[in-house]
Amino acid sequence: MRKKLRLVLGLVALALLVACAPNATQDSLKPQGPYADKIHELFIPVVWIAAIVFVIVEGGIVLILLKYRHRKGQERMPAQTHGNTRLEIGWTILPSLVLAVLAVFTVQGIWDLASDPPANAMNVTVTGQQFWWKFEYTDADMQTAAGEPLTTANDLVIPTGRTVYLSVESHSNGSGFEVIHSFWVPELAGKQDAVPGRTNHILLEADHPGTYTGQCAELCGLSHANMRFQVIALAPADYDAWVDGQLGDAVTPGPGTQAEAGMNLFLNPLPNGNGSCVACHSIQGTSAAGVGGPDLTHFASRDCFAGCLFDTSDPEAIAEWLRDPAAVKPGAVMPNYHLSDGEIEQIVAYLQSLE
Amino acid sequence: MAQAVVGGTHQVEHPETSTGLPHVKLAMWLFLSSECLLFGALITTYLLYRGSSQVGPYPNDVFDIPYTSVSSFVLLASSLTMVLALSAAQRTDFGRMRLWLLTTALLGMTFVGGQVYEFTAFVNEGLNLKTNLFGTTFFVLTGFHGVHVTVGILMLLSLVAFSMADRLPGDPAFPVEMVGLYWHFVDIVWIIIFTVVYLVPTGSGK
Amino acid sequence: MGSVSVAAEGSRGLLRRPTANTGFWSWFTTVDHKKIGIMYGVSSFVFLLVGGSEALLIRAQLAKPNGTVLSAAQYNELFTMHGLTMVFLVVMPMSAAFFNYLLPLMIGARDVAFPRLNAFSFWLFLFGGLFLYSSFLLGGAPNGGWFGYPPNSVTDPSVGMTFYALGLLITGIASTVGAVNLGVTIINMRAPGMTMFRMPVFVWMGLVVQLLLVFSLPIITVALFELLFDRRFGTHFFDPVVGGDPILWQHLFWLFGHPEVYILILPAFGIISEIIPVFSRKPLFGYQFVVFSGIAIGFIGFGVWAHHMFAVGLGPVANTAFGISTSIIAIPTGVKIFNWMATMHGGDIRFKTPMLFSIGTVTMFIIGGLSGVMHSVVPADYQQTDTYFIVAHFHYVLFGGAIFGLFAGAYFWWPKVFGRLLSEPLGKVHFWIMLIGFNLAFAPMHLLGLQGMIRRAYTYPETLGLGFWNFVSTIGAFTIAISMLVFIANVIKTQRRPQGVEADPWDARTLEWITSSPPAVHNFDEIPIVHSLDEFWHRKYAEDKSGKLVPVQAGGADHGGEVSHEGGGHGIHLPGPSYWPILVSFGFPLIGYGVIFDWWMAFVGTAIILFGFYGWALEPSAE
Repeated sequence: MRKKLRLVLGLVALALLVACAPNATQDSLKPQGPYADKIHELFIPVVWIAAIVFVIVEGGIVLILLKYRHRKGQERMPAQTHGNTRLEIGWTILPSLVLAVLAVFTVQGIWDLASDPPANAMNVTVTGQQFWWKFEYTDADMQTAAGEPLTTANDLVIPTGRTVYLSVESHSNGSGFEVIHSFWVPELAGKQDAVPGRTNHILLEADHPGTYTGQCAELCGLSHANMRFQVIALAPADYDAWVDGQLGDAVTPGPGTQAEAGMNLFLNPLPNGNGSCVACHSIQGTSAAGVGGPDLTHFASRDCFAGCLFDTSDPEAIAEWLRDPAAVKPGAVMPNYHLSDGEIEQIVAYLQSLE
Repeated sequence: MAQAVVGGTHQVEHPETSTGLPHVKLAMWLFLSSECLLFGALITTYLLYRGSSQVGPYPNDVFDIPYTSVSSFVLLASSLTMVLALSAAQRTDFGRMRLWLLTTALLGMTFVGGQVYEFTAFVNEGLNLKTNLFGTTFFVLTGFHGVHVTVGILMLLSLVAFSMADRLPGDPAFPVEMVGLYWHFVDIVWIIIFTVVYLVPTGSGK
Repeated sequence: MGSVSVAAEGSRGLLRRPTANTGFWSWFTTVDHKKIGIMYGVSSFVFLLVGGSEALLIRAQLAKPNGTVLSAAQYNELFTMHGLTMVFLVVMPMSAAFFNYLLPLMIGARDVAFPRLNAFSFWLFLFGGLFLYSSFLLGGAPNGGWFGYPPNSVTDPSVGMTFYALGLLITGIASTVGAVNLGVTIINMRAPGMTMFRMPVFVWMGLVVQLLLVFSLPIITVALFELLFDRRFGTHFFDPVVGGDPILWQHLFWLFGHPEVYILILPAFGIISEIIPVFSRKPLFGYQFVVFSGIAIGFIGFGVWAHHMFAVGLGPVANTAFGISTSIIAIPTGVKIFNWMATMHGGDIRFKTPMLFSIGTVTMFIIGGLSGVMHSVVPADYQQTDTYFIVAHFHYVLFGGAIFGLFAGAYFWWPKVFGRLLSEPLGKVHFWIMLIGFNLAFAPMHLLGLQGMIRRAYTYPETLGLGFWNFVSTIGAFTIAISMLVFIANVIKTQRRPQGVEADPWDARTLEWITSSPPAVHNFDEIPIVHSLDEFWHRKYAEDKSGKLVPVQAGGADHGGEVSHEGGGHGIHLPGPSYWPILVSFGFPLIGYGVIFDWWMAFVGTAIILFGFYGWALEPSAE
């Protein structure tokens, strides 16, 4: 028996070792900001309480099973106890007390997380679309020359040490269906559903510079699994520099370059008659003003595109995407425009020039 | 060992039940309590969307309250004739029973006919299932009720037919009482629907 | 076995009443609750194998990052159908199998209150399940999750979610009819002396489950109709574009969906509340407490639905209310666990296979219960909801709880139903492989969820670092599959042997063990008169003054073997078999196809139903 127990304990220890040293990068157990911390600080004591209850109850069952097991050749007629009201009331009240204590902290946590943002919080509107995320910086000092809010896709860049008050929405903007999404960056905050017709709010903040990945947590169609994004936290000075870069108009490629040819393809109806890029995309400082798809003004300054499925620095990935979006991302709303390899090369060059 | 007769045709007494209530009556009450939640959920949906249509026609544009009041009265009157049918059945006056059942069915048909006319009128005025939230919730709620009334009419007519063919098993008053329970339930639901949908003003003019 | 005479003379029905009570075709016309129970059991087991295979495909896809076994579209269909199958076509009907077979026997009745309606419920459930599965061949299976959240479930262009709405409506009608029938049976057909508080706990849980069904199914019926109308007739119930609110669906769905969880788990609680006393050779500790806690779970179950919606944005007030109500429901559940422990305490515990599965139920359910309490800590749920932590939680509840419990019941009542004991060694092998496989499959999911693995994702990138535990989980899933093969082998081996088990092989406590194994078509030669809880046990054993158990000498008990002579002996009238239930139920899937494809099928279906009901009503009855 003891040997068995030691073996089991060893295995459990091994499992915990493996479990505690994982290379998980989207880990709610490693909170990186005050709002995620709040949840974590509530969760860990609950885990301990659950662990204690688990050991007591399961241990009790094992002890009972060992002690009162039927032994061969020993005919025993057990005493027929039918119940014990006092005992039963006791084990009704005891868990009630534990749960009541938990409830106090739970309620406190709920209201804490639902409290108003601090005065210096910045406002960002998050919009879930099939299957990518749009971020609009709605504060007055974040407007472009054209008076539009600074807009990015899939990369949410924030300064460290400052609370971000997110308004979470879901719109289709005429592209794809308007469905429910859920915004989740485990290391910075809990989830908030993006529900069509509603504006929900959630607070997040990062303590340290870094990249925190997140993804849509509510089934929203074929590429639900591919609707990822990242929150990039920068030191305040780096952040200010980033904002300055983003508020400017898009770079115009030099004459005679591949990129310029790409720009011309982008801004005009496609020569093959299949439509045009500007129907859905906008690029500040050009005539492109579509709203269905991501704003591409500073495409190349972002890390990733298409729901963070691909790197913007990878020309081959962009080319694959342009060749047939739905082939590399199931259910992608952007149609296949049947571009030629040459056209694709030019557009890739243009996109990669949009620093 | 005992002999079991399977599929025997002789009439035997109802075995005594634990509660003293016949199985069918208990089942009917359970079924109707389930129906309460069905209509509860439908009415809740209607109330939730009351006044939130974005385009017309709105309730005030199409409702003809006096007309619907009359047809509601007809349905309520059918509850009375249903009671008379049951009382006749209990007096074993089966001729009267059939007469009152038929009257009840006719009143029910008048109500359903009125509803069909009302629906047609609304459609002509530009309100259908797809028009707006009012159309969606109105037609589905009242339509569900209309289907219930229609099923009730079928049961009433079947009772009359079975009674004429002498095919009602056991005490004829019992099936009449059961159909009556259902019929009264459907009537009561209509009182609630009529009040909620037609009488309570939406306030916003929508 | 006595001769069974079948009288069908003077038939005035539309069809002659079928007469055969044996043979292949008799299964299609039977109204015997025992045969219907067996059919429920067999069909739901086949669906278990199908739903399990879907789970294996899912696990194969997720075994490694960037899996290529399934496409995104196939994955969405399979996880949706896995959930629908396990909830509506496995656990519910398997519970119905036990209820159908055992409730009448346990309360000393000869059949259910409405035998033909009982057959109707079964066939309608089966046709509803087949209807749902036919979608794979007819344009795509449901792919919006078992929870079917609009707008995604409305806007999806494939026909799958229309099948979903109609299929669940059909099985919902089947369940409602079945629930009314079994509810009336329990309330109204108890043997003389069987007061409510002499009913076995399993019967009590049966009653609670039937009432939960009666009150929760109409709510999802409305939701499904609204979804169907939105998809098929262009209404706007859940259409945000013109002001509809998709959250309405979530309220309606979970107002049904949470009681549904108790509909799934309470039968298993009832089963193990019968088994643990038998193999501990002690009465259930605190019978009334266990009964009342079951009733309390049923009631509170209607007040916790929004804990599925903490991340929706209902606001702190609603989240507080539902967080608290959710933690309250843990209390009656905990009471049951302590009572089962106290039942075993001081007993003479025999580790037969049914007992092993019952202990498995208790120990695994505790884990699911504890993770459930974590969800009532609302902020923690903001992290956990929609992750594999939830998947782990409800599999510990519904697999660790319900499926283990149902297998406990299968091993326990197999001799009663088939007259043969399942092999004990194979049963134990089955138990241990399943227990190990189960924990391998689902324990790692707790960690996966906390480390950021979302649900319903057909793929995950290598960079998330989730590969190892996913691989372990997949190994666990295939281990469970092996345990199912052991069970099937056990069944085949057992059913090849001749019948001949005695009436009471486990030295059990309740009325079904009085009669022969398998029971005669009329269940009891004489209806027993009940004097106490665990009537059969008290006919076998008495307690001395110190509470010790003393066997009763044959014929020595005050009332041992007393029976009711009312209607006993010759001339027990049982309803004859009937064609109508299967015919009428066949009309419903036709209406379903009509709504999806072409209206003429719906008219044919309606005509069949109307014709069938008149035939049914005019069928010469046994009464």
